[in-house]
Amino acid sequence: MIKSMLKSSLFWPIIVLLLILMINLFFDSSFFSIEVRNGHLTGSLIDILNRGAPLMLISIGMTLVIATKGIDLSVGTVIAMSGAIGAMTIASTDGTGLGPLFMAIGLSLLICTLVGCWNGLLVSRLGVQPIVATLILMVAGRGVAQLITGGQITTVYYDPYSYIGGGYLLALPFSIFIVAFVFFVAVLLTRKTALGLFIEAVGSNPDASRLAGINSKNIMLMVYMFSGFCAGVGGLILSSNVMSADGNNAGLWFELDAILAVVIGGTSLMGGRFYLMGTVMGALIIQSLTTTIYSIGVPAEINLVVKAIVVLIVCLLQSPEFRRKVFGFGKVKRSGEQKEREGVTLS
Amino acid sequence: MKKILEAKGLLVLLFVLLLLLAACGSADESGGNDEVAGDNTEQEEENDAEETDSDSGEEESNDQSGEKLVIGFSQVGAESEWRTANTKSIQDAIKDAGHELKFSDAQQKQENQIKAIRSFITQKVDAIVFSPVVETGFETVLQEAKDADIPVFLADRSVDVEDDSLWVTFLGSDFVEEGRKAGNWLLEEMADEEGPVNIVELQGTVGSAPAIDRKEGFEEIIGQEDKFEITKSQTGDFTRAKGKEVMEAFLKSDGENIDVLYSHNDDMAIGAIQAIEEYGLKPSEDIKIIGVDAVKGAFEAMADGKMNVTIECNPLFGPQLVDLIEQHFAGEELDKRIAVEESMYTMDQAEELLPTREY
Repeated sequence: MIKSMLKSSLFWPIIVLLLILMINLFFDSSFFSIEVRNGHLTGSLIDILNRGAPLMLISIGMTLVIATKGIDLSVGTVIAMSGAIGAMTIASTDGTGLGPLFMAIGLSLLICTLVGCWNGLLVSRLGVQPIVATLILMVAGRGVAQLITGGQITTVYYDPYSYIGGGYLLALPFSIFIVAFVFFVAVLLTRKTALGLFIEAVGSNPDASRLAGINSKNIMLMVYMFSGFCAGVGGLILSSNVMSADGNNAGLWFELDAILAVVIGGTSLMGGRFYLMGTVMGALIIQSLTTTIYSIGVPAEINLVVKAIVVLIVCLLQSPEFRRKVFGFGKVKRSGEQKEREGVTLS
Repeated sequence: MKKILEAKGLLVLLFVLLLLLAACGSADESGGNDEVAGDNTEQEEENDAEETDSDSGEEESNDQSGEKLVIGFSQVGAESEWRTANTKSIQDAIKDAGHELKFSDAQQKQENQIKAIRSFITQKVDAIVFSPVVETGFETVLQEAKDADIPVFLADRSVDVEDDSLWVTFLGSDFVEEGRKAGNWLLEEMADEEGPVNIVELQGTVGSAPAIDRKEGFEEIIGQEDKFEITKSQTGDFTRAKGKEVMEAFLKSDGENIDVLYSHNDDMAIGAIQAIEEYGLKPSEDIKIIGVDAVKGAFEAMADGKMNVTIECNPLFGPQLVDLIEQHFAGEELDKRIAVEESMYTMDQAEELLPTREY
């Protein structure tokens, strides 16, 4: 029983997450308490889920991209674009009824998916290296976002817009439901159909999978589109949460956090394997770390150092080599098995 | 195969189109500069007209000491509403005073700025105004200006150069003073309060001059009385989203004991206000809120009764700058550091002033 738990790729991320939460409990005894305020459940744990929602979403999209041995650096700027499009769409209407809300959501998600499609075309059809192909948009996208908002912070004066990122459903923040929905759709599609297998096959070896009859180009195109879509939803949540669009700062460095979340979750950057649940754990680790830093009063100047140290520890714990050298358990058998797994991954 | 070729051809076409669009973008920008240049020539004509006017009207000629100056102005860029307002103020002030303006936007790049200053020197302008993109690396070009006998005025931002004879004066906001003003307001507001008064602080981007100085000035003042204590201080990166997130965490860990929020800019304060409302407290009543900058959003919040006070960080120092330039040419000795005239706005004034705010 314990052995199978140890083997699970989720074991270490969960341990680290619990550890971070425990540290919080040490500093603030009311950390785990959840109370009802204004008919909503509130508490630090809810906050972590709520604030972590955009990161979880984007990391889910990123997981699938990384599973195909790709990477999507453009998600941060897609967030900015999505927020900018959403806010400007609403600003351009009269702001009555629910029409503008759906128009804003529809338009920004459509454009973000198209943007993802652009990335996918560059990678799958023109054979541009993913890191370069998405770098183009990473640089250009922020300019586009600023072009849309005219370089200013645009404030939205339209209440229904706040529901996406700040609304409540069944006493819980609505954004949590969005994440749950996207997560389950992703899991169902990848684990209950052959799609997940195809994605892993493409990540392991695109040529071999093409010869085996998988349309690897379309698979790649699809994962980038999905990543763009997820970033679009994340961008709407972020922008709706503060009721404004900031082309300059929204989603800044989100791509790096997302990649980190994916890696902490146990997905290899070499492609071929992915763990959606691990990714969600990874995103939650990053968010609870951020919240912890804010609430236990780490001086602002050393925020990043603290973050880096924790991330280092997480990554070390994730590495089987490190665990074997330091803790010395699960030696021979695990290492053999690990090699086997790496072999598959690297091929 | 043909189909694929077609598809690829389409893609290439798309790519070319994109490049074309990008090219259009930069053309637009240079077009913008052209426009300014166009404005200049127009301005010149206007100036001529004005001058003939001022020949008859003594008042105006007194104002300008009868001299029409050519002033080169190199701005950082257009990164925020604040900056845009600043650019407009300086441009308008120079034109309104009847001087000729040569404007250059550095678009956040130092090399653009150095080029612009060099071109001002070749054009033999009478004075150069510039807001440096970065603090260092301007020695050579400033020396060139000095050799050409052109006085340089620094606006808003300073340079880190040992030889302070390279520029005439530096006119900009005194961030420490802004922090002091915030502290003084709190001191007065809380004069009757017994204490302890727990303050939480939202800092700007770590290491930036406004963040360091606004913190310093504020702490200097509230340090005078023991009842004030900064219980939590964290960076919100000057953005709304971060301000909200950080405030949320502050509230969750110690919400009932927070009396005052001091935010290094208004945007973070606006984010924090949302967090406070969602937490179920009343901003400005349960928690006093102090912001800095005096942007329009802050006035809106104050008019709604959600924010107590904002300390002005005034971008509209164009007229003051032109005065200084004229004083210099009239032979007056100027201080090396001159602070922009700034004030403070409270809740009661907000509704009245809201329609007049330009940025």
